[in-house]
Amino acid sequence: MQLVLEKRAERSNTIALVSPLIAIGLTIVTMTVLFAILGKNPLLALHAYFIAPLTDSYSLQEIAVKATPLVMIAIGLSLCYLANAWNIGAEGQFLIGAVAGSWIAVKTQGTDAGAWVLPAMLVLAAAAGALYALIPAICKVKFGASEILTSLMLVYVADLFLDYLVRGPWRDPQGFNFPTTAEFDPVATVPLLIEGGRLHLGSIIALLVVAAAAILLGRTIKGFEIRVVGAAPRAARFGGFNANQLIILTFAVSGALAGLAGIIEVAGPVGHLQPGISPGYGFTAIIVAFLGRLNPLGILIAGLFLALTFIGGEQAQIAMKIPLDVTKVFQGILLFYVLACDSLILYRFKLVFPNRQVARGTG
Amino acid sequence: MQAHQRMLDPTPNGLHSGESPLLQTLGLTKRYGDFLANDSIDIDIWPKEIHALLGENGAGKSTLVKAIYGLIQPSAGEIRWQGQPIVLSGPSEARSRGIGMVFQHFSLFDNLTVAENVALGLDGKESFKDMSARLEQVSKTYGLPLDPKREVWQLSVGERQRIEIVRALMQDPKFLILDEPTAVLTPQEADQLFIVLERLKAEGRAILYISHKLEEVKRLCDTATILRGGKKVDTCNPRLETAASLARMMVGGEIKEVKAPAGRKTTVPRLVVNDLTLAPSEAHGVRLEHISFELKGGEILGVAGVAGNGQDELFAALSGERLSKDPGTVVIEGIAAGHLSITQRRKLGAAFVPEERLGHGTAPRMKLSENALLTGHAASGMVHRGFIDTAATLKTVDRATETFDVRKAKRDPEAASLSGGNLQKFIVGREILRNPAVLVVSQPTWGVDAGAAAVIRQALLDLATAGAAVLVTSQDLDELAEIADRIAVMFHGHLSAPLATSEATREKLGLLMGGSSLEPKEAAHAVGA
Repeated sequence: MQLVLEKRAERSNTIALVSPLIAIGLTIVTMTVLFAILGKNPLLALHAYFIAPLTDSYSLQEIAVKATPLVMIAIGLSLCYLANAWNIGAEGQFLIGAVAGSWIAVKTQGTDAGAWVLPAMLVLAAAAGALYALIPAICKVKFGASEILTSLMLVYVADLFLDYLVRGPWRDPQGFNFPTTAEFDPVATVPLLIEGGRLHLGSIIALLVVAAAAILLGRTIKGFEIRVVGAAPRAARFGGFNANQLIILTFAVSGALAGLAGIIEVAGPVGHLQPGISPGYGFTAIIVAFLGRLNPLGILIAGLFLALTFIGGEQAQIAMKIPLDVTKVFQGILLFYVLACDSLILYRFKLVFPNRQVARGTG
Repeated sequence: MQAHQRMLDPTPNGLHSGESPLLQTLGLTKRYGDFLANDSIDIDIWPKEIHALLGENGAGKSTLVKAIYGLIQPSAGEIRWQGQPIVLSGPSEARSRGIGMVFQHFSLFDNLTVAENVALGLDGKESFKDMSARLEQVSKTYGLPLDPKREVWQLSVGERQRIEIVRALMQDPKFLILDEPTAVLTPQEADQLFIVLERLKAEGRAILYISHKLEEVKRLCDTATILRGGKKVDTCNPRLETAASLARMMVGGEIKEVKAPAGRKTTVPRLVVNDLTLAPSEAHGVRLEHISFELKGGEILGVAGVAGNGQDELFAALSGERLSKDPGTVVIEGIAAGHLSITQRRKLGAAFVPEERLGHGTAPRMKLSENALLTGHAASGMVHRGFIDTAATLKTVDRATETFDVRKAKRDPEAASLSGGNLQKFIVGREILRNPAVLVVSQPTWGVDAGAAAVIRQALLDLATAGAAVLVTSQDLDELAEIADRIAVMFHGHLSAPLATSEATREKLGLLMGGSSLEPKEAAHAVGA
């Protein structure tokens, strides 16, 4: 008896929908084993991860807050990935957006600058993120440099640049030498949706981004171009669509969204610029994009789910002393299973019995 | 009876009665989901037999052959080899038992030598030197000359096929499967191949010969098994049948004759190519050399030639997938268009049908309506202010379906789910419904069933009658003879002067396809790019 992968005659739309769920199921099984090996009660650990955060309003809001950057970045990344452009550097674009937006906040600090500050910060952050993403895109189009490597390497450049700013020129003079800017003024802060809560305007922007992406991909010729270039490059060229132009476009949009997410995070939940503003949103968003099947609605759901693992990870650390890094292990395993299960969309498992005689009539 | 058969050893000579076939399938069935690709097929293949496997595209020929070669596992039924039931774990087991196969699409590495390519395909443990020596010997024995040290990219398509055949023969197969081997050969090269096949047969080997060229099958094959819709229709002696009766069995009905409508008049030049020279875009591509022709409305120009002589490059240059620096090299409807993009050329009234249906002409995993949009977005009112008019794209699908009899499971399926013939009808239909002034079409009926081919050829004739200029590139000389007014031949990036179809005999075309000139003096036969 032998287990073989057999190509399906047609792609299975059912599996396309179910495959992320299978992946989540397999991840949970693997995590159960992992928790047992760590000597923790798997049931309690899973409860801390997946159930506890859903039981109080604070955690629920926190999930939405964490999901906001994840969803915004993942939407941008999904456009890239659909067009076969591999932007791995959203983390860097996120940081550069945060830095660029913060520049206005820092420069207007303590002045009587008006309501224009926050919109200007958002616009500048998006522009900076887009420009930063264009570096690997242009290197790819002009010189054929692998955008995977260049975009990834630029993450560290952005990280160190931010570090330099908050330790040097932008450091808060009253900050006891901590590497951070001063707390942003109210006009430079993303407003909260609920007084005294955590939910902020950024979540609404993320929802608008999801809706815009759904319309772009489903209804417009540009979205169609993006999908064809990725799915069948030669057919796209035959259709008259310029792959290089689309690499530039999707990288720019994805960089803009990452940059926007960056400034919203800084001017929202964090409140000032400091190192470590991102627990790896730019990388986790890659998982979100794939878990959400590169589909805007799917990404929204996947973003909420991965945000849950962040919150759950914190709770598990507090309640059960499970190291926070286990969350990253969890996310890594999840991506692995998502990609593995995707092969089931085009293939299926089949048992083959090499020595089975098939009963047949006289012939 | 079955037990009895199993006991007997096959003997290569003599009559069939009382012996067991070399290879036999009993009730072989292959199921993909609800779809029966092969439905209980019984086929007997005897030693010293050239057995034709006939059928339209999607009839189940490839599925059957893949099962026999161990590439797929049958869902039910069995395969017997020399009377014994066998289960093939994969092609290497098939090869070790003595089953060889030459695929239609070669699997060769361009940058490796002939010997290296053969070595990669063999499972044996002999040294490279011994293998090379044996390669030379086998190729000499069978009159398939090959230089083991040449790199594949320098070789013609016919020579590449020889590598595949020699590679299969080096395993000393008792049974050889050939999938449409003459599709890529000149008539003269095909004759050479037939001599080799006759010889293999005389040595006691069996050959399963997949083809849709019925005259060829009648000439070469001893037996023909006809498949239709996954089922076996009949096994017969093709020499006792007519091409028409074989075609009827394949199609399950009469095939419509293609008729050139009366009253076709040529009008103004609609596609003019002036001294088009274009360097290859890829390492081993073909350079287009000083190509010039003029194509009037109402006229069909055929471009013959062995694949890989620049037809793909010419298509790319005409369609605008590759641009020319000099706008005047390609003139569409009187407008210099050499520098214009494919979208701009479409707006001038040109339409294009590439050779590859899946991946070039269509995005395989996208719906037909989306594939209608692929070429229709430029000039067919499918896009308003950047938004897609889904109703308009669906309407194109419906019109193409109706006009060209596209058969599909649902209204708007994925392109890849259609059979080759139906997808090709859709693609040709998609372009013709735009009423193009110029249609450039490459291999319009390649791998398409006879019924669909007739529909497509008729559509091209009707389009020319309506006043369009049509350029057809094809390796099928019969097809060009049927629809073209003039035929030119591509060889090494050169295009010969067109001959009137009435004067273009197979011999003349064959000579041009092989690189000889029609003048008495010998033309240099330069090999390579």
